[in-house]
Amino acid sequence: MTKLWEIDIYPSAGQPDTVGNSLAIEARDLGLADGLQVTATRSFLVQANGSEDSIRHVATTLLADPVTERALIAPVGDVSLTQPPGAQSTLVHVLFKPGVMDPVALSTKQALLDLKLDVEEVRTLRKYWLSPLSPSDLNRLTSKLLSNDSIEQVVVGPLNIDHLDIGTKYELKLMHVSLRGLNDDELVKLSRDHQLSLSLAEMKTIQAHYVSLDRDPTDIELETVAQTWSEHCSHKTLAGKIEYRDENGTQHFKNMLRETIFAATETIREKLGADDWCVKVFKDNAGIVRFDDNYNIVFKVETHNHPSAIEPYGGSNTGIGGVIRDPLGTGLGAKPICNTDVFCFAPPDTDPASLPPGCLHPRRVMKGVVAGVRDYGNRMGIPTVNGAVYFDRRYLGNPLVYCGNVGILPRDKSDKEVHPGDWIVAIGGRTGRDGIHGATFSSIELTSESESISGGSVQIGNAVMEKMVLDVLLQARDENLYHAVTDCGAGGFSSAVGEMGEEIGAEVWLDRAPLKYAGLSYTEIWISEAQERMVLAVPPEKWERFHEVCAAEGVEATIIGQFVPTKQLRLMYQDTEVGSLSMEFLHDGRPPVVRQAAYRPPTPKAANIPDLDRTGIEKTLHKILGSLNVASKHWVIRQYDHEVQGGSVVKPLVGPVCDGPSDAAVVRPLFDSNRGIVISCGMNPHYGDLDPYHMATSAMDEAMRNAICVGADPQRIAVLDNFCWGNTDRPETLGTLVRAAIACRDLAVQWNTPFISGKDSLKNEFAWVDEKGEKQTLVIPSTLLISAMGQIEDVRRCITMDLKSSGNKLYLVGPTRSEFGGSHFTLVHGIAGGEVPKVDASLAKRVFLTLHETMKAGLVRSCHDLSEGGLAIAAAEMAFAGGLGIDLDIAELCQQQFIDPITALFSESNSRFLCEVPADKAAEFEKHFKNLPMSAVGHVTGGPKVKILASHQCDALLAEVAWSELKQTWLRPLDW
Amino acid sequence: MATPRVLILRAPGTNCDLETEVAFQQAGAVPTRLHVNRLLENPHLAKEFQILCFPGGFSYGDDIAAGRILAVQIQAHLSGMLNDFRTADKLVLGICNGFQIMMRLGIFFDDSEKNAPPATLTLNAQGRFEDRWIHLKKTGDRCVFLRGIDQVHLPMAHAEGRFAVRDDAALQRLEANGQLVLRYCKPDGTGANETLSFPDNPNGATSNVAGICDASGRIFGLMPHPERYLLPTNHPNWTRWDQLPEKGAGAKFFENAVEYFQ
Repeated sequence: MTKLWEIDIYPSAGQPDTVGNSLAIEARDLGLADGLQVTATRSFLVQANGSEDSIRHVATTLLADPVTERALIAPVGDVSLTQPPGAQSTLVHVLFKPGVMDPVALSTKQALLDLKLDVEEVRTLRKYWLSPLSPSDLNRLTSKLLSNDSIEQVVVGPLNIDHLDIGTKYELKLMHVSLRGLNDDELVKLSRDHQLSLSLAEMKTIQAHYVSLDRDPTDIELETVAQTWSEHCSHKTLAGKIEYRDENGTQHFKNMLRETIFAATETIREKLGADDWCVKVFKDNAGIVRFDDNYNIVFKVETHNHPSAIEPYGGSNTGIGGVIRDPLGTGLGAKPICNTDVFCFAPPDTDPASLPPGCLHPRRVMKGVVAGVRDYGNRMGIPTVNGAVYFDRRYLGNPLVYCGNVGILPRDKSDKEVHPGDWIVAIGGRTGRDGIHGATFSSIELTSESESISGGSVQIGNAVMEKMVLDVLLQARDENLYHAVTDCGAGGFSSAVGEMGEEIGAEVWLDRAPLKYAGLSYTEIWISEAQERMVLAVPPEKWERFHEVCAAEGVEATIIGQFVPTKQLRLMYQDTEVGSLSMEFLHDGRPPVVRQAAYRPPTPKAANIPDLDRTGIEKTLHKILGSLNVASKHWVIRQYDHEVQGGSVVKPLVGPVCDGPSDAAVVRPLFDSNRGIVISCGMNPHYGDLDPYHMATSAMDEAMRNAICVGADPQRIAVLDNFCWGNTDRPETLGTLVRAAIACRDLAVQWNTPFISGKDSLKNEFAWVDEKGEKQTLVIPSTLLISAMGQIEDVRRCITMDLKSSGNKLYLVGPTRSEFGGSHFTLVHGIAGGEVPKVDASLAKRVFLTLHETMKAGLVRSCHDLSEGGLAIAAAEMAFAGGLGIDLDIAELCQQQFIDPITALFSESNSRFLCEVPADKAAEFEKHFKNLPMSAVGHVTGGPKVKILASHQCDALLAEVAWSELKQTWLRPLDW
Repeated sequence: MATPRVLILRAPGTNCDLETEVAFQQAGAVPTRLHVNRLLENPHLAKEFQILCFPGGFSYGDDIAAGRILAVQIQAHLSGMLNDFRTADKLVLGICNGFQIMMRLGIFFDDSEKNAPPATLTLNAQGRFEDRWIHLKKTGDRCVFLRGIDQVHLPMAHAEGRFAVRDDAALQRLEANGQLVLRYCKPDGTGANETLSFPDNPNGATSNVAGICDASGRIFGLMPHPERYLLPTNHPNWTRWDQLPEKGAGAKFFENAVEYFQ
């Protein structure tokens, strides 16, 4: 007789309640409750047919630790379960909503079956015993800290359930959507009611298509078109027609991205001719470039902003999970070798009372996002080696979560081609209602109601499933068992099969897809975005072996259709045709929309830069080092495994005690080669507030600088673009984006630095109605992330930014101008205006190449790029990272570049590096830079101080601070 | 027998098996990565091997708790194999998740303690995953894998690595048996037997314990990852060194295992 058991796992006597204690601290920090006491459990609901002894046996052998935990076991509803374990008497249960991915429950069920327990279903839950709270405080605590309404439900007091079942039998009911007779308003309403995110023009095109077919579409046909034409899948805005106006007149783009960023790469490839090292760009799921004689490397960065705003853990979890599937679905499958993650949040000290409705507190968003990336990346066994975190209040409603992955691919596995007759095979996770409408959802702006209306779009990942898929996929690849592979991302099977079958045609048997639970309609199966699935084209003669490889490691592989040479997409459920679409209409039928973009150059406004005395300069040093963008991110970095796979060469934290901020990461992907991959990034949304063009070139310059600092060959750096913008329906918002894309093109061509892939996320705006009843909108700063993937011939030549030894000389290379616009100096002093840093492309290129030569010649002991805060901050960071003092003399710099000390110290001009050079190699180093901006700026000392001098101004002492104090200022803000 | 064969046991979620394979290869052994499903189908496969290695990762996602599900699976279906490695003159090594699995299997302890094991590995004191290089000191001569090692610097990366004991008596028994062979220490090598604070003791482990062995010294588990320090360029400070050594200090653990059979 089946019974529902509850098993509560408590810390045993004398063991700390780590979870409960940290929740109490978090409740205090978020201003939810002071002095709260929490006792927390991990609990399981087990629906099984077994004696109490058998349940007790599994609870003590499997579920609880015999030393540190104790288990309480009783049938659900038993009074013992609601007896307070201590002084706290308020009981709160938090359970996943039915259908939400619960990896622990899945694994537990398998393990219980393995222990021969006759178990039907398992669910996990968490119980919290709390000290007394008023009903409203309790409600706030549960909704703002203990649970997330989009995926979880809360039960206060006893749990009243008697069985765990989800899903009911599905009976086929073919649905048609009456479309032909609708007027414009009705079409718009239909698009909205079905969450199709299609414009009126698109709806009318679909209507005309079905009028010509003399029938109405089925629901699945309409959904398929909506998914395929969605912003997320087709990038219809940026890859569409744009009429762009600026001070130079009007430009008509037929395909804006193709004519700017892609075109730059094409130009570069032509210029390089036989030396072209790009392999496949802007075509596959990730960009592919040459690595060595046997391997190519691939790189992709995606965003997962909207889901992360609603459920930070699940959003970033599935964000990293999703981007790992991109390299895995590139060519015939690349092996993922490292991750990079960049986040933008509102400041974590934001006053909770100031939050707009529907907004999660940024501190909670940040903790959830970091935990989501951590739990997925670490479980996959992929080192997370690089990243950045930016803060600005405007990210309050729309945090940005960029996740990237690099993979390595044998050169002969870089192409794929579906053959007619190949089986369509799905492997990995099962299909459920997860994430229905994710593709269209990420194209709609968030509102304060998003949490409730879009809950189905939020998911949790199951990293181990993806790791299992990775393991079998690479084996099958090396046995040549399939012709093509792609990931199931936004749009699910609909997008994956639609893309793979575009040139051929496909027939899909939807009832064959393995389901998590019964009850899914054919349309839900087709558009489900359940995670950890890949789709392959397997030739029939290889199917048996393919299936065997998957089954050997417990990975489900199922034939769900066949690629057939019909140029049609035919969707079947059991023996009924539920949809039939021409591939041509699906992929080329979207009506061209001409979007308007307008850009007006800003009127330059001079910044009033104060002249500071010694105290002022020292205070500025502390303020910038302690500002959130500059401050140490060790709390984030150390939660990521950055050593797994054994190839770590330059880590994110460097120096004798491993706490200096590395410019870039280096990994050595092959066990038998010293060739390395360098990963870095560049981004500066503050510059974008003043000038999107120079923001874009500055971001590229920063990404390049960071890579070059550790030793990357400037001629082998490939870059990716990720645009996160506000609502580009507004011509002026689209205008700044086009302006930035033009900048990317201009600089890439001059540097021969190819863009190889990219992605955009538009409409990052948060709307709500304030207490006065007025609509408010918070728009993110225009945020362009440039990610760089460099290469280094021999990793033993890598350089880190920590100072190495006293007596070594310091040189600043690259041009310094008075460029304070968007700088951290103006930010911490509250000064408006200023010139935005620009890039002198040809000068920058010569600096990059020359610096790389000096590194190869072994002349440089440490090197750090100048970014936020300029020279003073770079020098301070190098000093405290190396645990050495520094005498920074800016006399030569000021005299050579005709600048004042504040400009020398804090201007943020691009293309600059601070280099540590052994005294006996100084002459040779100087010779290399003979015709380039280079100033000797002092030397490394063994002392405890960072000293800043202006020897040309009567030996003025501009600052003298212990590096240990500066380090403390830098470590403290995010030391959680 | 000159060249030992190593069984590197994989399961869903194992993710350090490749670098562990390389570590054993470079040490001169012949490693094979084998999925646990193959052993479940045919436990006799294990008989050909002299060394059993449980590599790092997140076996079965570390769902429920680190290493728990794989340990229960092995206990239920492969206890014969395990017993063979324990009783024959063979070696067993567990790294990180592998150590967690072995701890749960009770392989370090006397069978009489099966129902009330003296020690466990549990959630770090800071309550979260931590990646960090830490200094380690050998504190006992029994362990085969630690021969010739006195102090070593290795990376750790785990959330559930805090060594905890049932009670003081249990700790004293393990101590008296000489099983607590590897401990966190200060950078200068001191402090292994004192109370160390974070970050020298990176997870709040009782008595700074980072690795333990069984009474014979042939069975050893540790939280840090020697296989992640096979190359000098893996070390966080290598760019500060004048000369790079030929290899990383982690290699010695695997060489010791091979030398045991020579």
